[in-house]
Amino acid sequence: MKSERGIYMLVGIFFFVVMVIYFLWSGEASGSIMLFAAAGLGVMPGLYFSWWVRRMPLRPEDRPEATMSEGSGAVGAFPSNTIWPFVLGMGAALTALSLVFGAWLAVVGLSFIISTALNVSLESRRGGSI
Amino acid sequence: MTIIEEEIGAPHGGEAHHDVEPKGVLLWLTSTDHKIIGKNYMYTSLVFFVIAGALAMLIRTQLFAPNNHFVSPQTYNELFTIHGSMMLYLFAGPFAFGGFANYILPLQIGAPDMAFPRLNALSYWLYLTGGISMLLGFLTASGAAAFGWVSYAPLSNATNSPGAGPDLWIVSIMLVGFSGIFTAVNLVTTTFYLRAPGLTMFRMPIFVWNMFVTALLILIAFPVLTAALIMLYADRHLGTHIYSVAGGGMPVLWQNLFWFFGHPEVYILALPFFGMVTEIIPVFSKKPVFGYKGLVFATLAIAGLSTGVWAHHMFTTGTVLLPFFSAMSLLIAVPTGIKIFTWIGTMWGGQVDFKSPMLFVVGFIIVFTMGGITGVLLASPPIDFATHDTYFVVAHFHQVLFGTTVFAGFGGFFYWYPKITGRMFREGLAKLQFWLIFIGFNVTFLPQYLLGLQGMPRRIAEYLPSDHFTTLNRISSVGAYITGFAFVIWMINMWISWRKPIPAPANPWDGHTLEWATDSPPSHHNFEKLPPIRSQRPVWDMNHPEAADYKASHNGKRAESIEKSETSR
Amino acid sequence: MELGIVQLDKSNAGVGTFEKSNQRRLGMGKRNLIVLALGAFSLTACNLPAFGAFRGATTQGQNEFHLWQGFILTAIVVGIVTWGALFYAVFKFRRCGDQIPKQTHSNLKWELIYTIIPVLIVIGLFAATYVTENEITNVSSHPALRVTVVAYQWGWKFEYPGGVNIVPKGANYPTLELPEGKTTTIKLVSNDVVHGFYIPEFNFSRYALPGVTNYFDFKPTRAGYFEGRCSQLCGLYHAEMLFHVRVVSSSDFNNWLTTQQQKVTA
Repeated sequence: MKSERGIYMLVGIFFFVVMVIYFLWSGEASGSIMLFAAAGLGVMPGLYFSWWVRRMPLRPEDRPEATMSEGSGAVGAFPSNTIWPFVLGMGAALTALSLVFGAWLAVVGLSFIISTALNVSLESRRGGSI
Repeated sequence: MTIIEEEIGAPHGGEAHHDVEPKGVLLWLTSTDHKIIGKNYMYTSLVFFVIAGALAMLIRTQLFAPNNHFVSPQTYNELFTIHGSMMLYLFAGPFAFGGFANYILPLQIGAPDMAFPRLNALSYWLYLTGGISMLLGFLTASGAAAFGWVSYAPLSNATNSPGAGPDLWIVSIMLVGFSGIFTAVNLVTTTFYLRAPGLTMFRMPIFVWNMFVTALLILIAFPVLTAALIMLYADRHLGTHIYSVAGGGMPVLWQNLFWFFGHPEVYILALPFFGMVTEIIPVFSKKPVFGYKGLVFATLAIAGLSTGVWAHHMFTTGTVLLPFFSAMSLLIAVPTGIKIFTWIGTMWGGQVDFKSPMLFVVGFIIVFTMGGITGVLLASPPIDFATHDTYFVVAHFHQVLFGTTVFAGFGGFFYWYPKITGRMFREGLAKLQFWLIFIGFNVTFLPQYLLGLQGMPRRIAEYLPSDHFTTLNRISSVGAYITGFAFVIWMINMWISWRKPIPAPANPWDGHTLEWATDSPPSHHNFEKLPPIRSQRPVWDMNHPEAADYKASHNGKRAESIEKSETSR
Repeated sequence: MELGIVQLDKSNAGVGTFEKSNQRRLGMGKRNLIVLALGAFSLTACNLPAFGAFRGATTQGQNEFHLWQGFILTAIVVGIVTWGALFYAVFKFRRCGDQIPKQTHSNLKWELIYTIIPVLIVIGLFAATYVTENEITNVSSHPALRVTVVAYQWGWKFEYPGGVNIVPKGANYPTLELPEGKTTTIKLVSNDVVHGFYIPEFNFSRYALPGVTNYFDFKPTRAGYFEGRCSQLCGLYHAEMLFHVRVVSSSDFNNWLTTQQQKVTA
């Protein structure tokens, strides 16, 4: 956790320093705002990790001496085959293409998206299947 | 390590479905396995690469002779726009970041899958539909987008580029952008939470580091592009005036937003391939990476600096702070140089075996060094004034991008091909392909440096006989055809490997990292068992206990405790 | 001039021999800087090759050209060192058996060397760039002539004092007339999209950006006839957006301008 936090904080602080230099030197708005946002992108997860670092024991992947058996147990739940990411992808693409070909396409696309929302919720109850 | 299939219903009397794997198209449509999705990405991006390469052949044919009318100026503008857009958005990024990262990264950190498998599948579908949307532009009445891959406002507004083609281009980039953002989120989470026990951050292979840093860059850069595209769309259709002078907007804002995405994008494309190179060189030199920590910090430095150099594409606009951006752009050469010297340092004193992946990597270093050095020239505003938007720049970025995506990319492709397919390729054909690309590439792009210095601008559909550009353009076109032919050899190689397979062993190259500890191709959740991880090279330690990395440590107690620890499931 | 070249060669040696002591290396770095500055500013073009570039037909263009020479010499040295090391490694350390080589993980000395030397080179390059770019972008407050260049799809309009407007006539590209040895300030604007005002032999280009007015100076050093182009993609006939530049002696220029002004009033 400590290295992860360090990297995010490093990113955030670096962009903050660059932002300050850039803003004071050039006074240009768009670049300063983008650098500020980039700094936020580092600092926000960095603070989140700092919060966890103090409340969590070292994980096996953070300890150089950890053995494989320490990692046993559930590492996570992974879905088996499912069609819904495909349907959602098609729905999102059709909705996006409605920007080009007209709003009617969004009706088709959104119906795909809504059916995905319903079915993925159901899927997690009955277990992954096609 | 245990992996639970998600089947919460099962205890309540539901059926377990996970051992029934669908076959064929259904597998392709429904899989959430990172390996299948990674392969989908890789094959799709290679198809886009071949299409974009064919467009490049048409471009070079148009430039073969002065005043050529092989294609019309409108078609020519569409050709280079879609060539550039496909190569950058649909090939180079997704090939490495969607394909290799998806397939290799979980294996290298000993994870059973990506952290969000469904999201991973979704991002592939967004990528595919985005790519198809871009190509759809050729089928519309007004043709595909024709404003270059940078689509400078106001050339990209509704007056100057009417029709559905440019809108399709905008939608396509948005979809691909979201696909990239989702993959980035997935990769960062996977890297942070799914590492095997003992695999600390500073034991991760450099490939993983590079993919992780790339993901951070994507999260910084792509949202800016998406926002810029939404504003461009609003300008085109919703009557806003964000990029038009007439309504009080600023056209130069587009350039600021675009390049704030665009320069990190260049490193988003390059860093994953640097990662592949850093995997291949140690394996074929039988040595560890030289200066691991320096390399990690160089990667982070490149990422940081790359976000502060966007306006070096805008030196000639007269609106940017020249010293700031030239200083940052020159500085970025330092970490890049560190990487090159690190690669040479890794080979130094080794037993360098020039199998085809290594050959591609050496080709990469040769080409990339030159591209990097000409990049330093362009980082100086006065020199940029003289060469901006000429073929000098074209030659520079092709050396850098073709160097990384094709030389390093195909090095990586051949390196992991046995792992991914479980088959070997034909070494002789791969070497022939390398030499053809190497010769063809240099014959194509070295003359373009001279063309640029003699004042040939980019993106011109024709030139005059009196410009004296003809000879160099002819040489360049011939080089392009040689390069194109090399990919025919590659396809033949793949065809033979498909029809007459030679099964690949689990670890054909004596690889160092965890992906070589499992079968070729890996089973459904990747690992039956993992070797103990006590250094950056667990598989090397396992195969060469007499030269293991952890023994090099001065901590004798540590080495002892490691020998006691066992491989466990 | 001879001195400059000799010193540049020595600086090459400084970059090439890494194994010097730390102090000496720093000394070399300083000398690099001085030598680079020398190479960039005091060398005239006669002794060194042009490396494929134009030598510049204006003082600004010549400044750029000297910077180019300094940069490309540095580039060649760096390239030779890097490629040399690479090829040495490729040929020297070919596989010759199955024995495992010494497992070197790092070498702090070498890592510092290949970090610090590039940093010094970059500082030198930046110093040279900074001086040259100020010379090139400097706009005179009292130029001998002010010309407004208007870029539009797909052509150029040159506006001289006294209402003289040079525009394309039929298939003929317009000609920008400039006096030799005098400073001309160009005011560059665009009527529609982004164009690139590019004169290859002046080693200079600048965007014509809608919404932005750009000023820059030319001080031509020799009479002659040059080509000008649009460098930034501006739509369908981008390739045909050409113009000519004719540099004539100051008196010839004044005669030409007077004649043109008389045509306007007549």
